[in-house]
Amino acid sequence: MGGDPAGKISYDQHDFALWEKRVDALMVLASSAGLMNTDSLRRVLEDMGEEAYEAMSYYERWIASVGQNMIEVGAFSTAELAKKMAQVKERGSTYGDAT
Amino acid sequence: MKVRVNSHWPPGHIRTPAYLRGKQGEIEREIGLFNNPEQNAYRLASEQRALVRVRFTMAEVWGDAAETPDDVIEAEIYTHWLEPV
Repeated sequence: MGGDPAGKISYDQHDFALWEKRVDALMVLASSAGLMNTDSLRRVLEDMGEEAYEAMSYYERWIASVGQNMIEVGAFSTAELAKKMAQVKERGSTYGDAT
Repeated sequence: MKVRVNSHWPPGHIRTPAYLRGKQGEIEREIGLFNNPEQNAYRLASEQRALVRVRFTMAEVWGDAAETPDDVIEAEIYTHWLEPV
């Protein structure tokens, strides 16, 4: 990023996890519904800063941006999102492993 | 047509690469009209703006640090970021 040394680049192809495919689908659905767009996705990704770029994976950053966009546009409130996140967490860490 | 990228640094979402601001290049082709990403980014009603592909030499972009000064890089930039040279 920004011309910083990054080490060796991996060219290996990898499968996407189910949750990653869902994040991609969410972005498409939210855009189709006129709630966000590519530029609003990118704007939030950039505002997250350098630390998020290092600490979070690609689709982790995407879902954070989609979530932020939905809060901004009023699709759901932060309280509703918090409640849903707690519900999903209760399903356990293996819930998303299905493919 | 020779152009220079504006050397402006406003806050907000901008697609014009930072490393090309203030650099001089040549319009390689016109691409067409697209909704302005600087407005899209905030979900504002966006105006159509002309996008062009600009060709820069590595010497122009990286100066003495350029490893292959005659190689070029092309970037797609909205014309409101460009001024004629």
